[in-house]
Parts: sequence; C-alpha cells; structure tokens
Amino acid sequence: MADPLLAVDNLRTWFYTDAGIARAVDGVSFALAAGETVGLVGESGCGKSVTALSLMRLVRQPGRIEPGSHVTFEGRELIGLDDEEMRKLRGNRIAMIFQEPMTALNPVFTIGDQVAEVARIHQGSSRKEAWDRAVEMLELVGIPAAAERAHEFPHQLSGGMRQRVVIAMALMMNPALVIADEPTTALDVTIQAQILELLRGLQQKFGTSILMITHDLGVVAETCSRVIVMYGGEIVEETDVRTIFRAAHHPYTEGLLGAMPRVGEKRERLTTIPGTVPPPTAWPTGCRFRDRCPYAWERCEREHPPLYQVGENHVSRCHLAEEPERRVPHAPAVEAVA
Amino acid sequence: MTTPLLSVRDLSKDFVRGGGFLGRAKSAVRAVNCVSFDVFAGETLGLVGESGCGKTTTGRAVLRLIEPTGGQVLFDGQDVLALSARDLRRLRRQMQIVFQDPFSSLNPRMTVGQIVREGLTIHRLAEGAAADTRVMQLLDEVGLRAEYAGRYPHEFSGGQRQRIGIARALAVEPKFLVCDEPVSALDVSVQAQVVNLLQDLQRDRGLAYLFIAHDLSVVEHIAHRVAVMYLGRIVEMAKAEDLYREPLMPYTQALLSAVPVPNPDAQRQRIVLTGDVPSPANPPSGCVFHPRCHHPQKDEACARIVPPLEEKAPGHVVACIKQLPTTVTWEAQQAVGGTKQPSRYLPVIPMRG
Repeated sequence: MADPLLAVDNLRTWFYTDAGIARAVDGVSFALAAGETVGLVGESGCGKSVTALSLMRLVRQPGRIEPGSHVTFEGRELIGLDDEEMRKLRGNRIAMIFQEPMTALNPVFTIGDQVAEVARIHQGSSRKEAWDRAVEMLELVGIPAAAERAHEFPHQLSGGMRQRVVIAMALMMNPALVIADEPTTALDVTIQAQILELLRGLQQKFGTSILMITHDLGVVAETCSRVIVMYGGEIVEETDVRTIFRAAHHPYTEGLLGAMPRVGEKRERLTTIPGTVPPPTAWPTGCRFRDRCPYAWERCEREHPPLYQVGENHVSRCHLAEEPERRVPHAPAVEAVA
Repeated sequence: MTTPLLSVRDLSKDFVRGGGFLGRAKSAVRAVNCVSFDVFAGETLGLVGESGCGKTTTGRAVLRLIEPTGGQVLFDGQDVLALSARDLRRLRRQMQIVFQDPFSSLNPRMTVGQIVREGLTIHRLAEGAAADTRVMQLLDEVGLRAEYAGRYPHEFSGGQRQRIGIARALAVEPKFLVCDEPVSALDVSVQAQVVNLLQDLQRDRGLAYLFIAHDLSVVEHIAHRVAVMYLGRIVEMAKAEDLYREPLMPYTQALLSAVPVPNPDAQRQRIVLTGDVPSPANPPSGCVFHPRCHHPQKDEACARIVPPLEEKAPGHVVACIKQLPTTVTWEAQQAVGGTKQPSRYLPVIPMRG
C-alpha cells in the first residue's frame, strides 16, 4: 500500500481498573487504503470496538491510549492531536455508525435537525442550507417522503429507518473513512439486507473507505475485501476475504468458521471452541488462544507468536506457520475457569 | 401417526392498550392470531420470524406465562388452558422454558446451586443430600463443574449462564422445553457449545423443544420442522429440509434470501423487501404480507382474501392464494377483483456458490 488512508501502528489501549490493567487493545497494527472495505472481526471482548473508539479518540477514563501508539490518517498523526482539531475531524473526515441507532440519536430533536447540525458545525452552513442538504441526504439513504419525515423524531421511526438516519449523518460531510461498529446487529435480517445494500451503493458512489466491525462472518463475506481477525486484544490473522473462507490459517479463525451454522449446509454437529475468552486483565502467557486451541503444544505457552507471513497478503499469529506438521487436533488443555 | 405431545389450536393473544385513566380509546393488538401447530415427543419445532411477529408471545402463551385470549393447548392429553392454578403448577414440571437473556433470567442473590435446586424443592422431587447429588449431576450434564454450585451468576460468562438456565429447566425432568432465543445473546463459538448441548440433551432424554429464534441458520441446524411467523400468524410450516430447500411462501423466500452467506463467491438472487413490517395494531387486510409481497401474480384478491394455511406439498403448509395448489378457486379470486391467475413461483435461491 503506497500511501494508505489510515495507518495504525502498535495501538495499545489499556484500562486501569480495580481488577488490574485490562489490555483491551494490545499492539494492533493495520492499514486501510482509500475506497477499501475492511472487516474487523472477533467475539465480545476481543478489542474490536475499543480499537474503533481509539481511532476516533473516544476512549474514556479509566482507558488510556498508551505512549508509542500511532494512528496516521490522511498523513496526520491523530494521537496527540488537540481536542479541537480532533473535533473538526470527527463527523467530517472520519464518521462513525454505531450499533444501536436509538441511542446514537437525540430523542428531543427532529431527525432533520440532527442531520443538518453536522453541516452547520463543520461547514458553517446557514439553517436553511443545512436543512435542504439534510433532506437531500435523507432521500439518498432511502427515507421515503424525506422532506416530511425530516420533521419527525427518532421514536417515530422504525429501527431500520433510524439506522438510515445515522448513516445520513455519517455521510453528510462525505467522509474519507466510515467506521461502522456492528451497524446491522440490532436489525432484523430483511432490514439488515436493505442497510448492507445501501452501504454498498453509497460506498461505490462516494468512494468511502469502510472499517466494518462485526462478529458476523456472513456480513464480512458480503461487504468486505479484506478481513482482520482479532482475539485477546491482538490481530491474529489478516488476509483477503476469499482466503479467510477457503484457507484460514489461525486455529481461532478455523474454530469460528466451524462454529457457525450456515443456511443450506446442514451438519450433524457444530464444531465448538471450548472454554471462553480469558479476561483482558489476565491474558495467558505465550499464545493467548492456547488454552482453547486443539493444536497447542509446549512452545505456545513459552513463546508469544509473532504475526507470521503465511502467504501473499496473509499473516497469522500462530506457530503452526513454522511447524505445520503439528496441525493434528488433540483435546485442548483445560476449560477456562469462570 | 403418533399423537403429539403438544397440540396448539387457534391460539390467539390480544394485548389491550389505552383505556387508562386518561381515557384513550381502548384498542386491541392481536399479537398472536389463530396459531396452530403440534410438537411431537423428541422433536424440535423451530419458530422463526422477525421482531414483533409474535413468536415469543406464542411460546409464553403455550406455557400460560401470559394468558392466551383464545384457542386450545393440549399437553399430553391435558387441556392446559382449563387447568386450575394448582394443576398448572403441577404441569409446569413437564414444561419448562429457557430464556434469551442469561443476564436477567437468573436471580443474582441466589447461588447456582440454589437456582438449580429450587425446582426440586418446589415440586418435592428431592431434599437434603439427595438434592445436592442431583444438583451436581445436573451441573455435570450441562458441562459445568460441580464446585460452581456455590458461586453466584455474575461470576459466569453468558454461555455458562445459559447452561445454568438449562440445568434449572432440566431439574424437574420436563418432557418439553420452550427455548426462547436461547443462543442469540451469545458469541458464535459459545453459541455452538449451547446448540450442541441442547441436541445432546434431546438425544439422551427424548426432550421436545419449541425453539424460538430469529437466526435462520441456527434453526435449520437444530429443528426437525420449522414454522415461519409474520404479523402474528404462521405463514409457512414444513420439515426443515423442505422449507429451506423450497420455501413456498414469498415471505419465507425473502427471509431466506436475506441471510448473509459466509462465502464471498456465493451466487445468489436476493429478494430485498421494501419497507418495514407493518404495525400489528393495524395489520393489512387479506394476506398480511401483501403490501411487501414480490409474488408476480399478486393482485387485488390478496388484499381481500385471508389466505388459509393449506398443504402445497406433502407435509408442507403455506398461506398464499397465489401459490399453487390452492383451495381458493380462481373464480373466487376473480369475484373479489383478482386479475392474475395463481402459479407456482419459485425464485431461485441458491444457498451455496
């Protein structure tokens, strides 16, 4: 990637809690090119949402982005940028779509006001200009009778319509990067299909980059060109979307794919990943997945695996890269204690 | 054919709103509208549909956790809706429920052991050391360590809490479990553990499940038969493999085609439904799905005739007057303004690329 839109280098976001230091994001590095859609995948507690909040500099106390973390966006370092500059960037060059559209909208303002506000803040548009632009945007995201609906309040809209409003707000300033954190998880499947279709269409039209944060590999397959899999606050695998589904390398990715029931592919039994994700205050030594891994051997406890190059544009944080003959399943160590 | 363990006929539930102190006009929302189905011993019936379709209300009305407005529920030959409170409590030993939210469905002040043991005490199934032993057995059966009995729910992850909820339900040795979205709050890897556990328990104990979920892939995996609900009605019901291979109700076709496929090379035709689900307070006339329907033969008759749930293929019932065969004759459809003859409409929905 010659000059990526976004470059994240050794991002570490730690939370200083009573239970100890939670290393929620612990040395994450990746890059995103202009116009690209990349999926950031993992289960609860893997650090994907904290990664997103860190990029937006929205991490709150007791969380802290550690020294040595770098986020470069359009050639500028965001870590250390003052709050005023950061505010100018947010909602303007970088926008975010949240999972729950009801909480992302203000219940006491009309949706038209809320979308228009973006243009008033970032462009200094007049009330009238901003409103007209908001109605245009609401039309674009498929709100029927947008001119009238703009006068409605969030509670008057369905979940799918609210998510369209949130998308309209995000795209108002034609941002270079949209961070979408589980944008369809709260929606029904037929509405999800509508929203994904909408995002795809808008991306083609505006050439926006999307960082799609999701736990749903189906959503990844349908929207992303590249996938980053996170586990235990780290990236464990990264490659293009075809390779992840055909030739996943990391045992965790393999486990995720096996655990997922798929329509039209009935199996007798789902493969499972035993145990649960360890707490971020106590990641295991060595490989953080080893307690749950069917292939783990003594090296995995001793040595923290680096991201190995396992193919063209394909990296995996697993010692199997050097000792592939060990890919022979046996029962994993112990079930993680509650 | 054997008699079903659970037989539900024309079950309805109205929620009345308004009519309070400030005197807003009373109106009834029919959340469940004349729903009928059977569940056989050892079988899983999947009940799927989107938010607000009435699937959760159906599950609770069957157990009388909410009182149905009308209909009949026969469980093992007993008329559930006619039972006195006392007899109902006795019957609840046979019918249990596993809730969706593993965080709110366990009492935070009780230990895991007390939670699992409560049913044993209430139904006088075991006391003292015998009850302790039984609790240990149950925890073991759902894959939890016996020493967890002394801990409190907050010490457990979502998946483990769901196991506790299952152990509690199993304590009274029921024959039938309503599983209301039991895995939808769980991560994929943990979800698979719980799905496998439910399947193992069914195999070992011959349990019957009413498995309520919005996730079509999980339901295909676990259910023997599947019923699809839309706006309070069952609109299609068939053996799982038939329903997923050849969905006949246009709504089911759209629903299945909307599921994201975890295969970037999948070739498929997606039917994107326009608009939202209408409000159950004001459902469309005739076929409740007609305003969003994509059946090419849709016409005025669909807005006028309530489609009967009728057999279109062996064991495969569908509510659609435009999908052949139908008992609603072409003449009857024309009489109410129908202009397009019924056909057999099967949009290609390849699940795999």
